[in-house]
Amino acid sequence: MENHKHHIVEYLTNLYVWVGLAVLTIVTIWVSEFDLKMLTVAVALGVATVKAVLVLMYFMHLKFDSKILTVMVIVTLIVFLSMIVFTFFDYTFRA
Amino acid sequence: MNHSIPSGGFFDNEGKPAWLAWLTTTDHKRIGLLYFYSLTVFFLVGVILGLLMRLELINPGKDLVEAQTYNGLFTLHGVIMIFLFVIPGVPAVFGNIALPLLLGARDVAFPKLNLLSWYLYIGGAILALSTLLVGDGPPDTGWTFYAPYSVKTGTNVSMAVLAAFILGFSSILTGLNFLTTIHRMRCPGMSWFKMPLFAWALYATSWIQLLATPVVGITLLMIVVERWLGIGLFDPALGGDPVLYQHLFWIYSHPAVYIMILPGMGVISEIMPTFSRRRIFGYKAIAYSSLAIAFIGYFVWGHHMFTSGMSGPARIIFSILTFLVAIPSAIKVFNWLATMYGGSIDMKPPMLYALGFIFLFLIGGLTGLVNGALATDVHIHDTYFVVGHFHYVMFGGTGFAFFAALHYWFPKIYGRMYDVKAATRAFWVLFTGFNVLYFPMLVVGMMGMPRRYYDYLPQFHLPNLISTVGSWITVAGLIYMIVVLVKGYRKGATASANPWDGLTLDWQTDSPPSKENFDTIPTVTEGPYEYK
Ligand code: HEM
Repeated sequence: MENHKHHIVEYLTNLYVWVGLAVLTIVTIWVSEFDLKMLTVAVALGVATVKAVLVLMYFMHLKFDSKILTVMVIVTLIVFLSMIVFTFFDYTFRA
Repeated sequence: MNHSIPSGGFFDNEGKPAWLAWLTTTDHKRIGLLYFYSLTVFFLVGVILGLLMRLELINPGKDLVEAQTYNGLFTLHGVIMIFLFVIPGVPAVFGNIALPLLLGARDVAFPKLNLLSWYLYIGGAILALSTLLVGDGPPDTGWTFYAPYSVKTGTNVSMAVLAAFILGFSSILTGLNFLTTIHRMRCPGMSWFKMPLFAWALYATSWIQLLATPVVGITLLMIVVERWLGIGLFDPALGGDPVLYQHLFWIYSHPAVYIMILPGMGVISEIMPTFSRRRIFGYKAIAYSSLAIAFIGYFVWGHHMFTSGMSGPARIIFSILTFLVAIPSAIKVFNWLATMYGGSIDMKPPMLYALGFIFLFLIGGLTGLVNGALATDVHIHDTYFVVGHFHYVMFGGTGFAFFAALHYWFPKIYGRMYDVKAATRAFWVLFTGFNVLYFPMLVVGMMGMPRRYYDYLPQFHLPNLISTVGSWITVAGLIYMIVVLVKGYRKGATASANPWDGLTLDWQTDSPPSKENFDTIPTVTEGPYEYK
């Protein structure tokens, strides 16, 4: 197939990503000190999502691979997100 | 006339003892047949359980079994039919056998994984059936394992649930295998829109298997955790929420009904053009509608829960979405009928079963709309109307598509032909029996008879009596069909490579195909159904 099979990520790029992930982990711990009320979960999940995207793009090579794989991951995420949203249509509006 | 069992092509054991050659095979056709034989056994066990239930229901009051035994019967019948027959059904058997042939490939992408899927299937099946024999009796929850009852009942629920968990793995692996096969192994020239529609249907199905099955896996494990460790997830007494269980269960199990029906629809899309000798009408519409059904199918699970105490807005949203699924399904039916229009139709058994599918699936689909509408569902929820409805879609739909596929690819698989006239007669017996068995259920459900009881009020007697007689005719039809096919297998006349004059690649190789499928990998230059 037409993938760039032999793409090699530079060490330095990997290092930057790794540092980024470490910083974001520290952010998660730091932010837990504050009482964000409703936003607590949203912030934690938000940071985790950024980390997951970094891992997917660089460590799992999504950025360098055929675009169809990115499309697949996005569709999967949409499906997953919708499942949660639709479930909460029940919980949010229950009498 | 032949007088020995088929031995050429992929039936050649290459010097190994037969049992070893079969149990260690990585040939997709053999694995398909392994699935076929094991699935048939479980299907027949399920049918026997169904017959017993119908026998109990021939008169009001106790005739044959105790109430508790009856509860075990419908649970086991449901579990076997759903998890062991109709979910793996068409993809595991005919997907395995036909997909690589249709794509012009030598095998699926991961042959060893394919064999592992079968072993997982057998492991799960043995675990499911052993609930009968060990512990405190078979589960009595119904195939849906609704909490909190499933968490509290003393019967063998944990084992049944673990069985379903393992079977889920098998399903995921098959889905993964087919996805990769379709992406990577199409023969030269076969672009996405030159791909046969059965492959499109399997593609959509595989995505559901891959994305929805893990949800049920986790849900079932949550039941086990609650049963064993007393963690309150679903039981309100422990602070859990029983409706959450229903959400999680149907997030998988509703997409699962599309795992059941989409491959069946794919089979019909192969048979229609071949036996109408016409190019399929609306190729792209059929291909896209498979994807649309798969996608929308993820978001309609709530229609199983209209009476469960779910919030009003959620009910309205799920009801609207449910009506949306009808659109791509109707597109398919329209296109099949339009394919036949002006064609030279050949009423051979595969075509008969395909037409039977369309007729029964229409009844199933239209009764589905009655369930999907909020107001009417309140009246018919948990009545025999629902039992009638889902047998029309699962047995009349997927079951008949399975039989259609069996009669279609039989000469390809075995290189033998069955007695076409006798198979036609068997079809009519089965088709008649089916309607006599299930139509009265729709009526008696409308009258208000609830499902999952071993007894009923005297005013429901007549429809129940008719239905039980129907179950005998149905079983007679099934036996007749099996006898005809077994005779064809043992003594049938040699079939040519292409007895139905099909144009897809599966018909362009020997019957039975060799282990490698094709001497040289074919190249495709035009669409799959270019009848001139
Ligand atoms: C001769 C064939 C069959 C007969 C006589 C039969 C009969 C029945 C009856 C009487 C019930 C209702 C039990 C009750 O609610 O009290 C039932 C339930 C059910 N049947 Fe069948 N059936 C047959 C074939 C099938 C097939 C082929 C499938 C699937 C492909 C199937 C799937 C189910 C399921 C899922 C249930 C629901 C079980 C539950 O309530 O948990 N049946 N069947």
